[in-house]
Amino acid sequence: MKIAVCIKRVPDSETRVKIGADGKSLDEAGVKFALNPYDEFAVEEGLRRKEKAGAGEVAVICLGPAAAQETIRTALAMGADRGVLLQADKVPMDGFETAKLLAAELKEGDWDLILFGKMAIDDYNHQVGPLVAELLGLPCVTAVAHLEIDGTKGVAEREVEGGIEVVEFPLPAVLTADKGLNEPRYPALKGIMAAKKKPLEVKPVQPGAGAIEVLVLMLPPERKEGKIVGEGAGAVVELVRLLREEAKVL
Amino acid sequence: MTTVLAVLEQRDGALRKISHEVVTGARRLADALGGSAMVEAVVCASGPVGNSAQAGSFGADKIVTLTNAGFAKYAPEGYAQAIAERAQRGEGGYRALVFAASATGKDLAPRVAAKLGVGVAADITDIAVDGGAIVVTRPVYAGKALLKARVAAQPAVLSLRPNVFTPVERPKAGAAETVAVTVPPGRVTVREVKAAPAGTLDVAEAQIIISGGRGLKEPANFKVIEELAKAFGGRAAVGASRAVVDAGWRAHSDQVGQTGKTVSPTLYIAVGISGAIQHLAGMRTSKVIVAINKDKDAPIFKVADYGVVGDLFEIVPRLTEEIRKLHG
Repeated sequence: MKIAVCIKRVPDSETRVKIGADGKSLDEAGVKFALNPYDEFAVEEGLRRKEKAGAGEVAVICLGPAAAQETIRTALAMGADRGVLLQADKVPMDGFETAKLLAAELKEGDWDLILFGKMAIDDYNHQVGPLVAELLGLPCVTAVAHLEIDGTKGVAEREVEGGIEVVEFPLPAVLTADKGLNEPRYPALKGIMAAKKKPLEVKPVQPGAGAIEVLVLMLPPERKEGKIVGEGAGAVVELVRLLREEAKVL
Repeated sequence: MTTVLAVLEQRDGALRKISHEVVTGARRLADALGGSAMVEAVVCASGPVGNSAQAGSFGADKIVTLTNAGFAKYAPEGYAQAIAERAQRGEGGYRALVFAASATGKDLAPRVAAKLGVGVAADITDIAVDGGAIVVTRPVYAGKALLKARVAAQPAVLSLRPNVFTPVERPKAGAAETVAVTVPPGRVTVREVKAAPAGTLDVAEAQIIISGGRGLKEPANFKVIEELAKAFGGRAAVGASRAVVDAGWRAHSDQVGQTGKTVSPTLYIAVGISGAIQHLAGMRTSKVIVAINKDKDAPIFKVADYGVVGDLFEIVPRLTEEIRKLHG
C-alpha cells in the first residue's frame, strides 16, 4: 500500500502566545514546535495500514521552513519510510495556496491513500485535506474517527452534531484524521536512530500570496477578574443567586 | 446585484437551528457591503424543507431549495457541485458564500471553495467591510490569539463559528424557490447517521456546558456531572478535559481545549479542572465561567467569573438540587 501523509510543524499546545514585532505573527522566541497532534493520528494510521498490507511505503510531506526537517524526522522515527520538505519561509494563511503546492507534489505519486490531520492547531484552517482532494479529483472523507478498509473499499465514521456519520468511499482517497482514530506510538530509541538515515528530500517552493491577507494578530481581550463566591456547598445558594441576578444566565 | 449566498443545513428534512446563525451572519455581511445587497439562502435536500421559511425572518431575501433524490442525507460531492454551480450563476457570480463551521460545513466549504478556485476563511467570529473589502476576525492557536484578515478572494468563502452569530430577527421577503439539480452519483456516500443517545447534546452547540476533569477521580464519578447537566432540562452538554479523555474516561468528542473543541456557551461550569493553558484556550470565550475546584490556586480561577473552592462531591450535588428547584 502506497501512502502519503501530509504533516505540519506547529507551536506546541502549551505555548503561551506572544505577538511578534510586525504585529501580524507569532513571536517564535522560546516557542517549542511539534508535529501537529492531529497529524500524529494520520501518521499512525498510515503506518498501521502499511503494516496490515504487509508491503508498501509511507511517505511524509511537509510544507514549512527548514526547521520542519525536525518535524519530518519525528514522523520518520515513528516509522515512516521517507520525507519530503517543501521548503518555504512561511506557510501561507490562505489554505488554497498550501493545497496547490501539496497537490502538485502528490499528483504523480499514484497513492492508495493520502492522509492529513483534520486541522492544524495553529491556524485552525481545517481545509487543506479536502482542498487537495478536490485539486486531485480524489474522493475525500474528513475528520475520520474510525476506519475500516477492505481492498479498494473503505468505511469511515465521523462525528457530526448529535451523532456519527457512517461514510463509504472507494480507494484511492484522501482522508483527514480526528482524535480517536488510533493511539499514536511514541518513537522508540531505535526508531529515532533509524530516522537519521532515512531519505529526506528538500525541495524549495514559492507559495503564492493568496487571497487571505493578515492585517493584525492580537491577543484576545483579557477576561475581567472574577470572584471566589465562597467555600464548600454552603456557597452554592449565593452562586445560583449571582448567576441569576448578576450574570443573568439562569 | 451584489448577492451573499447563505448555505443552510437540514437534517431529516428540517432546517437545523445553526442555519439561523448563518443567515444572520450573511445578512450582516450584505448590509455592510451596502448597495442593497441581497441574501440568498440555499439548502440541499431531497424534497421540501419544512421550516425553511424561517430563513426569511432572519434576513434572507430568497430561499432556494436545491433538490435531488440523493440529497436526503449529506452527499458531500453532490452538495458541493450543486452549491458551486449555484454560486457561479449570473454575471461575476456571488460576492460571498457563508457556511456554518459545523461538522458538515467544515467538510463542505473547502470542497465548494476549491471548485471556485479559492480557500476558506474558516471559523470566523466577526465580519466587517472596510473600503469595500471583506475583513474577518478568526481565533487562531485555539483562541489564544485573534487574527484579523482581509479576504480578497472572489467569491469570499467564509465559515462561521457556531454559537457566536446570535440569530437576529430581520424579516425579509424570503421568497421560496425550488430548483431540481442534476449531479453525478457521489463516490463518497453517507450510509447512515447513528444518532447519539437521546438527550445528549453536542458540546460544540450547547448553550450550557458542564465539564469534568481529573478532580472527578474516576470515570464513574462523571455521574455527578451528568446529573447536573440533566437538571438544566436538556440545554446542557457534558464536556471533559484532555487529561480524562486521554485516560479513556470520556469520548474524545467531549473534549474541550486546543486538541478538542473550542466552545463559546453562555455558561461554562468547570468541575475538578485545574485549567491547563490548552484547556483555557478552548473555553475562554464562554460568556460566563464558573469554576469548582478544591485548590484555590488553580489557574482555572483566573478566568472564572465565579469560583467555589471545595470538595466537588459536596458542591456539585448541591448545585444540582438548586438548579432543579429553578426548573422544577
